[in-house]
Formats: sequence, structure tokens, C-alpha cells
Amino acid sequence: MFDQNELRFEMVQLLDENGNGDEQELASFSDEFLVTLYRWMRKVRVIDERLLKMQRQGRIGTYAPFSGQEAAQIGSVLALRKDDWIFPSYREIAACLAHGLPLAQIFQYVRGRVMGRKMPEDLNIFPTQIIIGAQTLHATGCAWATKLKGETQVSVCYFGDGATSEGDFHEALNFASVYQVPVIFFCQNNHYAISVPVHKQTASRTIAQKALAYGMKGVLVDGNDALAVYKTMKQAVEAARNGEGPMLIEALTYRLGPHTTADDPTKYRNAEEVEQWKRKKDPLHRLRVLLEKRGLWTEEQEEAWVAQVNEEVTEAYEEATANETGSIVDVFDYVYGKPSKLLQEQQQEVARRKQRKEVR
Amino acid sequence: MQKTKQRLLTGNKAIAEAIRLEMERDPNVFVMGEDVGVYGGIFGATEGLFQQFGPERVIDTPISETAFIGAAIGAAAEGMRPIVELMFVDFFGVCMDQIYNHMAKIPYMSGGRVKLPIVLMTAVGGGYSDAAQHSQTLYATFAHLPGMKVVAPSTPYDLKGMMISAIRDDNPVVFMYHKTLQGLGWMDQLDASVGHVPEEAYTVPIGKAKVVREGTDITIVGIQMTTHHVLEAAKKLEQHGIQAEVIDLRSLVPLDRETILQSIKKTHRLLVVDEDYLSYGMTAEIAAIAAEEGLYDLDAPVRRLAVPDVPIPYSRPLEQFVLPNADKIFHEAMKLVNE
Repeated sequence: MFDQNELRFEMVQLLDENGNGDEQELASFSDEFLVTLYRWMRKVRVIDERLLKMQRQGRIGTYAPFSGQEAAQIGSVLALRKDDWIFPSYREIAACLAHGLPLAQIFQYVRGRVMGRKMPEDLNIFPTQIIIGAQTLHATGCAWATKLKGETQVSVCYFGDGATSEGDFHEALNFASVYQVPVIFFCQNNHYAISVPVHKQTASRTIAQKALAYGMKGVLVDGNDALAVYKTMKQAVEAARNGEGPMLIEALTYRLGPHTTADDPTKYRNAEEVEQWKRKKDPLHRLRVLLEKRGLWTEEQEEAWVAQVNEEVTEAYEEATANETGSIVDVFDYVYGKPSKLLQEQQQEVARRKQRKEVR
Repeated sequence: MQKTKQRLLTGNKAIAEAIRLEMERDPNVFVMGEDVGVYGGIFGATEGLFQQFGPERVIDTPISETAFIGAAIGAAAEGMRPIVELMFVDFFGVCMDQIYNHMAKIPYMSGGRVKLPIVLMTAVGGGYSDAAQHSQTLYATFAHLPGMKVVAPSTPYDLKGMMISAIRDDNPVVFMYHKTLQGLGWMDQLDASVGHVPEEAYTVPIGKAKVVREGTDITIVGIQMTTHHVLEAAKKLEQHGIQAEVIDLRSLVPLDRETILQSIKKTHRLLVVDEDYLSYGMTAEIAAIAAEEGLYDLDAPVRRLAVPDVPIPYSRPLEQFVLPNADKIFHEAMKLVNE
């Protein structure tokens, strides 16, 4: 008989909440890498806070903040090769930036510009997925294609704890494991799917253990420990690249902000709980402690870096909004590779009405 | 007179041949679905492919429609040209999110960066007592959604030519084939399920209807199985001195409006026949086009003949009652020409 209560679940952690860990283990990370990792995490925190403010000011559309999940996203992406594929959901702006997406494009995207949704040709980032869990299958198919073509990229799929209740997730894990394709399912368990806590999402003690049912390896990692995430991801990606098949990683983390700018988290969780994660388990804090211990980071550097990022954000926003061209007739573009006759006619009709100033 | 050499193939062999030729031509083309491998597809559409190309390119999948359609999307984005078979169109319910929210929209939502050259091949149609969940055509359900092309060929020649067009198309194409026109031994044998098919690769354009019989008194539009019923009805109408012009629609998206409008300019009467449900269906779309763009060419109101708005029954007499046939078409046409 299999009983989950008899299984052992160990969470991979290299750096605890106070910035302590096994010295030998920590010594394997270079100073340069640690600073890069921290800079990225600090940077995306600033960006997230700015985006949230901009939404409140009505300058961008609905926004899904990721603060609290920086270690999970940056730690995992930095473990990838530049040409590896990532399949983000709407909360993965940090991961996208670290994988190479220009900041100005983020602004175009959140301002609903046509070009904001078009990923640059040289970036292997799939279009941001909004439907919960659907991208698990796209990542599986992409990984399959690279395998068929004899290429060596790995596909990494990002999703949350809520997505693991969707059929797509289960079908994807089954499929990926049957065909042993190089895909990593990276679940950020941030404890809430909008308002529903993870214990109402699943009766499994962990999400990682779900891998077992599909004959796949599963790992539970402290998602607020960037070093543990990085190391785990590195191992998973290397194994996938070597033909060892897919893996499910559960990164245990916490969404500090609302689900999106359209909800109020005080209705479904208490302030004490949030405060606990903010004060005690913040992913940036423990890494900064480590950097300071190694003499790699000071308060001055922190201030200078935040100021620099703020400037970058302002510049990127200005760049994105400087030449906002576009017209209502663009709505007909890209439905098909070449527009059908019917769509052409509809587009021409709108263009005529626009000329007559019947539409703006 | 030179005798034309006829190379006769059934519908299923015509489809399989098209796929085989494209797989030989392009290493990125592969097939996946339930029972498409060793078995050759429940309706024979992949017959012989597994034996030639092996399990790497003709892939039997778990019973997991969402998975293989979703995986086809990811694979297509990575440069492959997948052909996936949804065994019965009726099963769309378990995988529609991947079809209409992803396959149909990702090219648009990616600003044209992601191309999804996928052929979603699926079996449609009733008439053999397979009941409500295995007998629908659902033409309009798919044709309603922007972003996909939708075809439903009616002859072995067109099945092959349009399958090759579909595989070479850079857009997702829903390729519907009618079970009864596959020419399978265990189904009713129809002459229409066998036809001349040239050996080489050729294309039949997507988005072009075909006038399969010229006439002057009434235009009758059919699609796939109903085209054959209409042709049979047209013979009977001829015995009554009525010359029907018969249009085989072939493609639902893009829809060839010109051929229909041209024809009603000539005949001034329009009857539309469909094996899909009546309400909100293909017949309604064509009637609307005629009303919007050809009303003054018509001498009588448009008539529609389709499946009444009930599920397809299991009982043979009930099923035969709801499906269009040559007799019903003949009577509708007679009423229309006498109006």
C-alpha cells in the first residue's frame, strides 16, 4: 500500500531565513554569481513595485504582481541556457526579464500595444499564457519537437499551485513522462490561487509528490532560497538535456501582493500571515545577509542600485510610450498568416469609416 | 477519343496518401493521435504510415486529447508541422480550450511571431447508428471561431488535394472528413467514397467552392455528405424538368461567397443543405450572405434543410428522420421552384 503519510518529503534548502547555511555548499557559489543573482532580484522587486504603482495611476492595464517570488523566478532562469525555452504565465515577468526580454517591451505589453505581445525573434519565450495550466502542454510539445529534431534545448514551464488542479497539468505530466521529453515543470507554490489556499487545492501533502504518479522525478525546494532553486534547476535541466526526461519542481514561496490589481487580498488572508512572510522569509533578505557577510554589498550599493533601476524603469517607460503609433484597423492583423478576403474587406470597411471619422 | 486512366482510391486511402507524400517531402511533418499507429486510424486515415515511417513520426498517444493537441501547438511553435487526429469531432468537448483558446489564438496573441502550421484532422458525420456523441458534424462550431481554417472535402480527389494544402498551410487547419465517405468495409458502401485520385502530389485550394453540376433553375449548396445527396436529388429534379446548380462548399473557412452569389444571380433561387444543426449553422450563414449581398437576385425566400435542433438519435429510423437525404432535398427544391 502507498500512503503519503509514510513518504519522506525533504525540502531542498541551502540558505535559511537568516542567511545561514552549510559553508562548504555556499562556498561553491562565486562572489560574482551571488552579486548578479541579488542584483536581478532587487531589480525585479523595484520593477514590480513600479508597475503596481503605474497601474494605480491608470498608466497600465490589469497587472499581476510577483513580489515575494523573486528567488523562484530569477534563481530558476539563471540556471538556463540562453536558447532554452521558457513558457511563462502572467506572473512571470521577472523570469522573462532575466531570460532577456527588454523592459520597454514589458511596458508595451502592459499598455496593450500590438508589438508588446510579439516576443523578439531571438528569444525563446513563448507568448505569456493567461489560461491556467494550458502552457504545460505547449512546453511538452516544444520539448518533444527539440527531441525529434535532435536539438539540445530544454523547455521550462512556469505555473502556480492552482494550475496543478487543472486537467492540462496532469495530461502534460503523463505525456511528457511517457515520451521522456526534456521539459521541466516548475511550479511556484505561492499558497494562493486568487483566494483559495493550497490546502483546498489538493489533498496531497506536497505538489512535488504528484510526479511519482507519472513515473517522473519530483523535487520540493525552498522557493525563497534562490541558491537552492538555482542548484535544483541546474540539476534538472542537465538531466533533461542528457535525455533523462522531465522533472517536476515545486518551489515553495509566497505571493506578498494581491493576485492581480483587481482583487483585495485582505479579504482572504490575515495581515499576520503576510507579515510573517514579509519579515521572516523574504527571499531578498537572506541573500543580502550572505552578501554582506562576504563583504560584497553595502547599504550605499543598495541605494545606488535601486536608484539606477528606477531610472532604467523611467527610461524604458518613456521609450515604450514615446512613439505609440497604431490604429483601430490593426485589430484585424495577425488572425491568419495572410489575411483572408473577408477579413481584408472588414478591415477596409473600418478604414473607410475611419477616414469619414465615423470611428476614431 | 483518349481514354482517361482512372486510378480509384477510397477516401481514407486518399488522405493517407496525401500525408505519406508530405511526410516524404518534409521531415518536420509527423502524425499523432489515438490509434493512428499500428492500427492506421479508426477510420483508416493513417493507413500504412506507421509501417513506412515508424513510431517516431506516427505516434500513438495516450487517450489525452488535450495533451496531444496542446503538444502539437508547442511542437509547431518549434518548427514542426504536426497532423493530429481527434478521433471523433464529438470529442472536442474534452480539448476545446487547446483548440480555440490556444491553437486558434496564439498566432494573433503573439503578434504574428508564432506560426502554428497544425492540421487537426477529425472524423465527422452520422448515418450509421453511432448515437448522439459519435455522429455530429459540428461544422459551424469550428467555423465560428476566428484563427482557424476549416475544410470538409467530399471526394477522394479533394480529400487528398486539400489535405496536402492543409499540411502546407502556415495556419491551423481543421480538416474534417466524413466517416461514410472513407470507403471502409464495415460501413454502408457508397459509390461516392471511391474516386479517381492521381498518384502524384497536388493541391486543391482551401477557400474555394466547386460548382459540381451546372443548372439554371435553382442553386443548391451542400457540403461533404450532403453534396452527394444533393447530386442525387438533382438527377430526380432533372426528370421533372428542373435544372439544379449544385455547389460543393468544400471549405467553411474561408467561405467562398462569390461562387454562391454568382450562382444565385443565374438561378434566382437558393436552397442550403447541411448535416449540422439548423440553428446558428452554416445554412444560416449562407442565407445571411444571400440576404445581405444577393437579396435582389432572389425570386423567393432562401430555404434551409439541416438537422433539426436535437441530438443525433441512436435509433436508425429516428436518425434517418433527422438527417438530410436526396428525397427531402428533392421535396424542398420542388417547393422552392414552385414558389
